[in-house]
Amino acid sequence: MEFTSTVTEKKQVVPKKKYSPVREFWVNFKHQKTAFFASMFILLLIIIAIIGPSIAPYDPYKPDYDATLQGPSSEHILGTDEYGRDIFSRILVGTRITLSVSTSSVLLGAIVGTVLGIMSGYFGGWLDRIIMRSSDVMFAFPDLLLAIAIVAVLGPGLNNVIIAVSVFSVPSFARLVRGSTLEAKENTFVEAAKSMGAPHKRIMFKHIFPETVSSLIVFVTMRIGTAIIAASSLSFLGLGASPETPDWGAMLSMGRDYLGTASHVVMMPGIAIFLTVLAFNLVGDGLRDVLDPKTKNE
Amino acid sequence: MFQYILKRIIEMIPLLLVVSILTFLFIHMIPGDPARLVAGKDATLEDVNRVSIELGLDQPIWKQYVTFMGNLFKGDLGTSLKTGLPVSNMFADRFMPSIYLTLLSMGWALVIGLIIGTLSAVFKNKWPDHLGMVTAVSGISLPGFWLGLILIQIFSVQLGWFPTGGAEGWKSYVLPSITLGAGIMSMLARFTRSSLLETLKADFIRTGRAKGLKESSVLTKHALRNSLIPVVTIAGLQFGFLLGGSVVVETVFSFPGMGRLLIDSIAFRDYPVIQSALLLFSIEFILVNLIVDILYSTLNPKIQYE
Repeated sequence: MEFTSTVTEKKQVVPKKKYSPVREFWVNFKHQKTAFFASMFILLLIIIAIIGPSIAPYDPYKPDYDATLQGPSSEHILGTDEYGRDIFSRILVGTRITLSVSTSSVLLGAIVGTVLGIMSGYFGGWLDRIIMRSSDVMFAFPDLLLAIAIVAVLGPGLNNVIIAVSVFSVPSFARLVRGSTLEAKENTFVEAAKSMGAPHKRIMFKHIFPETVSSLIVFVTMRIGTAIIAASSLSFLGLGASPETPDWGAMLSMGRDYLGTASHVVMMPGIAIFLTVLAFNLVGDGLRDVLDPKTKNE
Repeated sequence: MFQYILKRIIEMIPLLLVVSILTFLFIHMIPGDPARLVAGKDATLEDVNRVSIELGLDQPIWKQYVTFMGNLFKGDLGTSLKTGLPVSNMFADRFMPSIYLTLLSMGWALVIGLIIGTLSAVFKNKWPDHLGMVTAVSGISLPGFWLGLILIQIFSVQLGWFPTGGAEGWKSYVLPSITLGAGIMSMLARFTRSSLLETLKADFIRTGRAKGLKESSVLTKHALRNSLIPVVTIAGLQFGFLLGGSVVVETVFSFPGMGRLLIDSIAFRDYPVIQSALLLFSIEFILVNLIVDILYSTLNPKIQYE
């Protein structure tokens, strides 16, 4: 609550009507029709992630060798894979994996990056130099390659994918938050808090952090899309989810051999990934226009 | 100008050093004894000890690093565990195809991205803008491996226009470079659009129009040149995205490049190859960013070369 209020306070330089900040955000966001629609789609995905396993018409793990590689039909609306498993059920169950892997890795990266970024911008000096030079070093390894290297060290598996994706998110978040911190530091209320003798921790997290939240929300949303693609790429490369897991990337990877004969095995999980990433990107675009019009397309 | 370039190169050295130390440490970060990993599961203790001496793993770690760097400057990247060949030999015929692929992808992505971005900005909120931005947001949301598989299905399997994989002749580069460039193209289109819209609001554009310049000359001579500056920077940063993406795309198209080699080596735990490939990728990335910095300074007269 507190976050949104400080965000919108900036915009209230030209207040049209007296709305509460949350209400004002909501009204503005609803005008972004595409983004609003996309956020409804994400809401649907979240519901599926929660109840997916119980509404799936078939067991997503159970093979049925009498019904392998069947095209979409009334029995199996998205068809079956090479083991005769129902693709629709696997996609429903896989929603939870996709959403939890991507959000947890982005949030993990965001938390670490935010703490580092605030400290870097607030204290400046040698701490700033160390943090920024280390992020330069991390940027020297192209992001997906960094993730691949981390998985090569830790071994394949979804938990290691989360670690890898969050590690490569840290420097971007650190830079973003450092930038907003440097700006926020100039505010008179920060100076006031300082002169009243408020401890550093309090200034950083009570006064400066709320100022960075609007750009953080936008960036987190955008990064979730990136994380979904990165995680499914790792699964596709055989470095992520194990092949029997109903992970969308792994499903696609398995279906590759049947591209010529049963292309739906590849198409369906691909469409699921595409629509989900698209939804996050569209919501990110909309949120940016409402919350943070300054940082277009960063 | 020359001094500026020199300064940037000198600034790069510490970064290269740290990157080399990290990639060197890579093999030591893997849980377990690297000598045991190299010797294999069924190796006896003697085998492990022999391998350890062979790889110099019995030496103190700083000495190992010095040897590693010394060999590196001699062009010796170690020996592959899988093939027994020198790693540099394995890279030799895979390096250039990957470079061609990335440059080709970046090339078309830049051209098309700039065109779409410019058209979208000029026709803001009209149909070319909507079409351009729908294409762009779809482009950044498409997973590369899926796009690649769809292209194979349509253009190789059904129409038979292009080969499904390999790197023989220009035809085998078409589909991989479309796949690899799609994401970058979209990002550049989005970025060009917002950068150009920003520039078009500037005072000097209004002045230009007021003094009766033709709209086309306002656009090309004044607006585009100024909005290109941030676009170049973004293009450089996104080069890393291309290098990462090339790993995926090369796997999809069975393209005999560095990315595919990296993935094959991970599956085989061929650590010397993984280590050198990572080092090479990051050096490539650092160099590209250096070139971008230099380009940036020639485009932007405001930068001082002190």
